[in-house]
Amino acid sequence: MQIYLPIAEVSVNVFLLLGLGGMVGVLSGMFGVGGGFLITPLLFFMGIPPAVAVATGANQIVASSISGVLAHFKRKTVDLRMGLVLLAGGLIGAALGVWIFNLLKGLGQVDLLVRLCYVVFLGIIGGLMFIESLNAIFKSRKGAPRKRRHHGWVHGLPFKMRFRTSGLYISAIPPMLVGLSVGVLSAIMGVGGGFIMVPAMIYLLGMPTKVVVGTSLFQIIFVTAFTTLLHATTNYTVDIMLALVLILGGVIGAQIGTAFGTRLKAEQLRIALASLVLLVCGKLALDLFITPSEIYELVAR
Amino acid sequence: MRVLAALLILIAALPARAEEVVLGLSRTNVSITTDFDGSDILIFGAVKREVAIQSDPPLQVIVTVEGPLEPVTVWRKARKLGIWVNAEAVEIDSAPSFYAVATSAPWNQSITAVEDLRHKVSIPRAIRSVGAPMDIMDSEAFTEALIRVREQQGLYRVEEESVELQESTLFDTSISMPANISEGRYLTRVFLTRAGKVISVHESEIQVGKVGLERWLFTLSRQMPLAYGLLSLAIAALAGWGASALFRAIRSG
Repeated sequence: MQIYLPIAEVSVNVFLLLGLGGMVGVLSGMFGVGGGFLITPLLFFMGIPPAVAVATGANQIVASSISGVLAHFKRKTVDLRMGLVLLAGGLIGAALGVWIFNLLKGLGQVDLLVRLCYVVFLGIIGGLMFIESLNAIFKSRKGAPRKRRHHGWVHGLPFKMRFRTSGLYISAIPPMLVGLSVGVLSAIMGVGGGFIMVPAMIYLLGMPTKVVVGTSLFQIIFVTAFTTLLHATTNYTVDIMLALVLILGGVIGAQIGTAFGTRLKAEQLRIALASLVLLVCGKLALDLFITPSEIYELVAR
Repeated sequence: MRVLAALLILIAALPARAEEVVLGLSRTNVSITTDFDGSDILIFGAVKREVAIQSDPPLQVIVTVEGPLEPVTVWRKARKLGIWVNAEAVEIDSAPSFYAVATSAPWNQSITAVEDLRHKVSIPRAIRSVGAPMDIMDSEAFTEALIRVREQQGLYRVEEESVELQESTLFDTSISMPANISEGRYLTRVFLTRAGKVISVHESEIQVGKVGLERWLFTLSRQMPLAYGLLSLAIAALAGWGASALFRAIRSG
């Protein structure tokens, strides 16, 4: 059954879209990631214009993040104060990101920017995850877990604030910067940025792991909502119909994924996710390096 | 009855022409609905004449359907630092978003190059490009690429010998439009030719547009983008909250 998307102006198979949303939902349930970094490139492969894929991806993440953050509020694992500082940075970043996006759209290079961002970030994150989970498997066999408390340069900066839930007394500048850079990526890549923010919160800010996911989800809701609004008002590229089908598949998939995830080993899960991320990255990279079959491209004005 | 009579008088009052087209379209509008997956348009008609059928040279029919004209930028990629990036651009002033040509005979027997130039029948003639930037020497390559890409997308098509012509009087053809066509007024032209010379032209229009929900969403997104954005957020929020509430209810029995 085909469905015509009013903003993307293409007709796609509705079951393929539901399946895509569902698959990403399963992954997000299993691994606790938003899945935006997979949904957007997969939409490219399906022939959705990149600008629409990015803007609609942001809209879809709003839904999945709200669904996720409610559970975290119940468990009181959201650091609201930290979330608000991250958000302040995030909103500035999102505005900056949309501005860069529109600038490059005018220059005809927005496709390249989006694809490059994906190749670089998926490559880095996928590679790191892969190595880390291999190490973890190696160590769990030896049976010697290692723990380390991080005290970096971030603790020497001014404008210190107390974050009770996280048990931290640090400067507001690093969280602002983390929020800002994730905001830029969110606007350009159509992702929530959890896959960058979570490691940054743990390793850079030294936040306890239990509040990291909830806090990042809290911040992501507002940054992606803001990004959606910016794209909708400046580019007219948010496709409600596309978002709705993806969300529908996503929320069902997420519940299945959560059930699945509890049955698998954490290391195996992480390796599987890392391989998937690297696979998508590899396909995108190949498209950039291999001589395309058609070197001309049409852009309607 | 009176209308018909008036019409007959009108036809009779037209300057006497040897052969003329009376055209019928299977539809005068194409609606883009939620399940739109392309459309076929049947174009049929008859040749009205006041003289005996002249069989040599034979009568030929050319049917064209032209979508709204719009400017297009054609980018050419080049390898820079190992990766392929958009390097050079040519702005094409106006190109039809859709263009189909169907003929009753092979192209070179249907129309001469001079007549093609005058009536802008073939695809290259339907595209208007004034000039390329000074540093691009091969601007034709960009126009050719435009035609090639749109042919692959099914937006430009040349279908020789696809017009069925019977007894030099009745003709019909079917033009298929893909799902990715744009909205607007589509100009349909029927040319009658003899020995490559156009002897009669008939024009009519097909309206292509989104309807219903598709129309409403598209209009809202362009005219009230803030409301549209808020609506999409509201739907997302509702779906996210609803899903977690629903599954919690299922789990707790």
